Amino acid sequence: MDAVSRIGARGKRQAFWIEAAIVGAIALFLIIVMPVVLSNFRLNLLGRFLSLAIVALGIDLIWGYTGLLSLGHGIFFALGGYAISMHIKLEDADGGLPDFMSLYGGTELPWFWEPFYSFPFATFAVVTIPALLAGVLGYLVFRNRIKGVYFSILTQAATIVFFNFFNGQQKLFNGTNGLTNFQTLLGASVNTQSTQFVFYSLTIILLVGAYALCRWLTSGRFGRLLMAIRDDESRVRFSGYNPTEFKVLVFAVSGALAGIAGAMYTLQSGSVSPRLMDVAFSIEMVIWVAIGGRGTLVGAILGALLVNYARSFLSEQFAEIWLFFQGALFLIVVTVLPDGIVGWLKSQGIQSLRGRKQAFTYPSLEEDPEIQQERQELETKSSE
Amino acid sequence: MQKILEIEDVTVSFDGFKALNDLNFNLDVGELRVLIGPNGAGKTTFLDVITGKTKPTKGRVLFKGRNLRSLSEHQIARLGIGRKFQTPRVYLNLTPRENLELTSNRKKNVWSTLVGKPKNAERNSVAGLLETIGLSSRADIPAGLLSHGEKQRLEIGMLVAQSPDLLLVDEPVAGLTDEETENIGDLLLALAESHSILVIEHDMEFVRQIARKVTVLHQGSVLCEGNIDQVQNDPKVIEVYLGQPMDDSDTAHSLELEASGSEL
Repeated sequence: MDAVSRIGARGKRQAFWIEAAIVGAIALFLIIVMPVVLSNFRLNLLGRFLSLAIVALGIDLIWGYTGLLSLGHGIFFALGGYAISMHIKLEDADGGLPDFMSLYGGTELPWFWEPFYSFPFATFAVVTIPALLAGVLGYLVFRNRIKGVYFSILTQAATIVFFNFFNGQQKLFNGTNGLTNFQTLLGASVNTQSTQFVFYSLTIILLVGAYALCRWLTSGRFGRLLMAIRDDESRVRFSGYNPTEFKVLVFAVSGALAGIAGAMYTLQSGSVSPRLMDVAFSIEMVIWVAIGGRGTLVGAILGALLVNYARSFLSEQFAEIWLFFQGALFLIVVTVLPDGIVGWLKSQGIQSLRGRKQAFTYPSLEEDPEIQQERQELETKSSE
Repeated sequence: MQKILEIEDVTVSFDGFKALNDLNFNLDVGELRVLIGPNGAGKTTFLDVITGKTKPTKGRVLFKGRNLRSLSEHQIARLGIGRKFQTPRVYLNLTPRENLELTSNRKKNVWSTLVGKPKNAERNSVAGLLETIGLSSRADIPAGLLSHGEKQRLEIGMLVAQSPDLLLVDEPVAGLTDEETENIGDLLLALAESHSILVIEHDMEFVRQIARKVTVLHQGSVLCEGNIDQVQNDPKVIEVYLGQPMDDSDTAHSLELEASGSEL
């Protein structure tokens, strides 16, 4: 028994290093090779999509693993974007008021803009404001045992509240237009190629970090508990765990990831506006994860990239049909591939791609775990 | 004898309907008790009240002398009450081993779950438990692939993994074959050596196998208590189950009751 578990542990460690090597290789490929191959415009697009993959990871964590369908991640995404933009606007204003404020007749900087003079505070805010908001919202919702579709509706309602607030505040956030026209960050011009390359590389590093974090959270006991909450929450309660604590933590982490994603996206797209809090955008995020495969982290990343590339391709060619296409894609996934692309590949795709199922003379014998175990024991005995 | 569970004048009413009505009930430490009663007698509500899922409208529930009113389900579970549900509820996407590991974890706060590694002792006790419930060879396939009887055993295993002092078991043999029923009975008897157990059951043959003392619940209160023979011959119980008015020919009724034994 002990020998078996030791072999298991060694196998696990090996698998870990293999996975780390693959992730590292892909990251290096993206950072070193892609800038050579792609035009600046395409590279910028890739960078944006990669930052969307970060928020997809967050959605997968809360939806795919914990079973809570959030339709409000646009809020956290936009808040991250606003936090970093506010710093840039202040730096651009060079001690004065940001350009739009004087336009609307503002004379004084609103108090809550003050701390954003500091770059460390702004980056801190990118992570903590969304995380705190998600934590508080989550605590209120989960403590009252609101779940399922009611949770989704609540998050969607929150999206509308935030959208209307940011949309209506001309003097505070430049309303519908949002914050645009960025010039400098930490003294460097935001729009030069080299700064954009830094943003691009940083996005990849953050994506790798986010993936590692999610991988750590979802493997091991904590991850199994999340799945247990997803499958049968009251059983978890009667086993002595308090699901509320776990759900609040996961929702906060998920919100923080969305905030980081929003900041990186904003830096590379050059603007942030309430449109990011549009209900449709939050639903789109969910669609990415559904298409890629929820409950598989790789699926979330692939889904975000795939759908966004399909969108940019299709809307370049035929601008009108994109929404129909996206709807059709979602319907196909829900009806034909309920586990998404990666889920399908995992369960049967690999076998059917090979073109044949493993053939057994006596399937009932070959597939019976008791017989498998006996065989394994015999083999280990004979090898000793 | 020391009481592990005391229920005093508990009433639970849902919009005026009294699911439990001035119920009084005591369980000794180390006792194995079976609770029977017709449909709608309040058996499941009774377990809900003990485990904190439902709060009593009136009266109180004491576990080891401690009032459970202000505690929520997970706190009550941590105090040492484990519950098995009517239909087996295991985590279908986890393997039996993982199911047991999750419940056997001693420190159930967020932080320890996140960073704590299962200790060797815990791993061994999980392996031993898998042996006891006969699932060693199926320990590493998803629990969703187990048969109904195996899921029942797994859930009882999860209950034990939690190492509670009081086990509440709701219809553990529903839908099982005779052989499986007997296995579960033996398992419960073995567990009764070191735990206090309260079983809800309909299958009278099974009740006969395990019961020492039986409590009959009717319309939310205790109708009678005693050993299985006393209960089966009690005219009030016969009336409740067979729905016939009491008369003098008690013996005839008890014969009928014997005949309709397993439907009881």
